[in-house]
Amino acid sequence: MDFSDSPEEAAFRAKAREWLDANATLRDGSEKVQDHFMARDADEVARARDWQARKAEAGWAGLTWPRAFGGRGATPIEQVIWNQEEGRYAVPPNAFLIGIGLVGPTVMIHGTEDQKTAILPRALTGENIWCQLFSEPAAGSDLAGIRTRARRDGNDWVISGQKVWTSGAHYSSHGILLARTDPSVPKHKGMTMFLVDMSDPAIETRPIRQISGGASFNEVFIDDLRVPDSARLGGESEGWKVALTTLMNERFSISVGRASGGARAEELIDLAARVERNGRPAIEDGEARARIADFIARQRGLEFTSYRVMTSLSRGEAPGEEGSIGKLLLGKLRQEMGAFGMELAGTAAGVSTAAGDDTARWRNEYLTAPGNRVAGGSDEIQRTIIGERILGLPPEIRVDKNVPFSEL
Amino acid sequence: MNFGFSEEQDTIRETLARMLGDHATLEVAHNRLDSGEGFDTATWSALAEGGWLGLAMSEEEGGSGMGAVELAILAEEIGRCLAAVPFIPVLCMAVPALQSAGTDDQRKSLLPGIAEGRTIIATALAEGGGLAPDTVSAKVTRDRLSGQKTPVTFGAEATHALVAATDEEGTPRLYLADLSASGVTTRALDPVDRTRPAAEIVFDNTPVELLPGSDPAAIKRLLDGAAVLAAFEQIGLAERVLALTTAYARERHAFGRPIGGFQAVKHRLADMFAKIELARSNAFFGAWALASGDNRLPEAAAVARLTALDAVQFATEESIQLHGGVGFTWAANPHLFLRRGWQLKAELGPTAIWRERLLGHLADAPRTAS
Ligand SMILES: Cc1cc2nc3c(=O)[nH]c(=O)nc-3n(C[C@H](O)[C@H](O)[C@H](O)COP(=O)(O)OP(=O)(O)OC[C@H]3O[C@@H](n4cnc5c(N)ncnc54)[C@H](O)[C@@H]3O)c2cc1C
Repeated sequence: MDFSDSPEEAAFRAKAREWLDANATLRDGSEKVQDHFMARDADEVARARDWQARKAEAGWAGLTWPRAFGGRGATPIEQVIWNQEEGRYAVPPNAFLIGIGLVGPTVMIHGTEDQKTAILPRALTGENIWCQLFSEPAAGSDLAGIRTRARRDGNDWVISGQKVWTSGAHYSSHGILLARTDPSVPKHKGMTMFLVDMSDPAIETRPIRQISGGASFNEVFIDDLRVPDSARLGGESEGWKVALTTLMNERFSISVGRASGGARAEELIDLAARVERNGRPAIEDGEARARIADFIARQRGLEFTSYRVMTSLSRGEAPGEEGSIGKLLLGKLRQEMGAFGMELAGTAAGVSTAAGDDTARWRNEYLTAPGNRVAGGSDEIQRTIIGERILGLPPEIRVDKNVPFSEL
Repeated sequence: MNFGFSEEQDTIRETLARMLGDHATLEVAHNRLDSGEGFDTATWSALAEGGWLGLAMSEEEGGSGMGAVELAILAEEIGRCLAAVPFIPVLCMAVPALQSAGTDDQRKSLLPGIAEGRTIIATALAEGGGLAPDTVSAKVTRDRLSGQKTPVTFGAEATHALVAATDEEGTPRLYLADLSASGVTTRALDPVDRTRPAAEIVFDNTPVELLPGSDPAAIKRLLDGAAVLAAFEQIGLAERVLALTTAYARERHAFGRPIGGFQAVKHRLADMFAKIELARSNAFFGAWALASGDNRLPEAAAVARLTALDAVQFATEESIQLHGGVGFTWAANPHLFLRRGWQLKAELGPTAIWRERLLGHLADAPRTAS
């Protein structure tokens, strides 16, 4: 057990720092609470893309990806080091989480050689931006209930249906799409995964406004989208297996990626020192102190949990269900910290008096966190995953398990 | 960087688990609770015979020269089987205190006895519900100690005590008292966990020896180290209670299926698991900080302790709940863990103390990304 850098790791860190120093500026106070993780508009996407391209050129993108696909072939621990270092700088919000974190690993496992060459390097440089077309109005937690249909037509497939909550669809060039290809078998069995071009006129994207005010996700309407069979990822009717790879990597990316970013519990110490509660600085208030200390303890635990996961990875173990721990605990922690940050303003809780003031920042944290608790599998679903796959408890009753989808 | 155990360390754990599993069974724990006998001398002797009590002593001190991480493994296995042994006071406090603040003579006269299991040094750092160095009213004048220390875990079973008292200048220091010396009155108390006996010790002009390197900072460091190791004991305990509750939830049927199939039950077990893993991650960092002498030890110890306290309390209380009526019975296992959990909480102080230590430490630390 060693939380310090080995000589090689220290050299890697120094190199990373040197490059970051030359190419980015350190974060200052104003950016302490990052109010959004995903890029939201064209301007942010352009900045994100520029940053990604520079990183890719210098060999800092897709660190753990094999060199053959444009990666650096670095160790998971080097990825941790890079995340720590990059986290110190004011860099644009990410637009590549899905392409690099979800689609890339899925294509590496299930893709053909042609798909790997066509997709992976461009995802890495940010040339292509990917979105995840899984959820539908009637299929979220119960993803296998999707209704979007793909029908064979000669050597092509024709896809029609509706997706929803698709993060970044409005600026993505490509999407990974789960569709039903055989409704005559039970729901988990008749699905197939496709890789689609979002610029096709058969796809219409409409942004949906969120409680945080912004619109980073969308509804996506697909009307007779024609794709060649080479757009199929994995076998016909094997879409569920492919989707599980994506979902596992999603939980993993969220828990490992977010743990080192976002609002820091220590910032609440500073804020509590500046505001009053019951006639004295809030930082002298017993309840405030207790809450802050507990937030810090939980946040540290999440950080170190993500390091433990990376250690398992570096020992050659596949990303397991541990991603569910971070995924489960992170959203609630953010929500509680956001609420507390707002409450520190007393009777002015939630009332922002100037753009970007403390209230605005913590309010935004508070209004963004509910999305964390649902996206990538809700808290409840994570608990079920932990209960069944880690603790070995009996599975949920599934009344629809053996019934053909068409008869549900 | 590497946040896991090595293969050798995994082997140590297996050996320890086997040995402790033979001696410290839950049946033994029940018998001790019933009889009020407390100290499990058989397990302590077995640990001594296996060389485990000298784990963190150098070879010339009579030990095997391992470090804090190995001690953490021992802590976790002791926690897992609820062994009624003075592991924290003796191995996590007295030994490091002697090593870091004692004299050569003190080390020579005491460490071999500790390694052989003959010498039991209780640590008397608590009084008035608080902990040294913040709460100390016992005093030493001309090498004579007067004052009352309570509760002292294994105080009645110990041969010696490491006592926090103020010196003639009013500075809290650590003193070594031979409990067979004059002016020592020991009275057994009634702790929530009788398998971890506690006593009140009154010193009246008792001859003591100063640990010359001890000062308030050293006392704090000692507590930080002990808190990290205790967190491992707490995690071992919590994991065991989770395992036995999970097993029960798989077996016990209601409404035609195992209760573990009901989400209210399944999800609570998942919450236990997540809390334990969070504590474990913090404890790992603590073990490393302790082993490497990193200056973040105070922070690491506090976060490890806070999350471990939370995990244990949640896991033990909910274990009783998920066992239903059986969980409320004296003969069932869950309350053994609940009781031990409280005793581990009392010994180094509850959340309130450690939250303050954490904030006190962070108050001056730079808070922008470092
Ligand atoms: C910010 C955000 C971004 C997203 N981005 C994407 C994206 O890019 N691509 C994509 O495909 N999807 C995306 N999603 C969708 C997300 O995956 C789904 O919202 C999520 O899986 C929940 O599905 P649902 O919304 O249909 O809710 P439902 O499944 O209807 O759930 C409603 C409530 O019921 C609970 N529930 C459901 N089933 C169970 C059960 N078996 N046991 C216990 N409780 C249960 C849920 O936990 C939840 O509290 C995003 C969602 C959000 C909020």
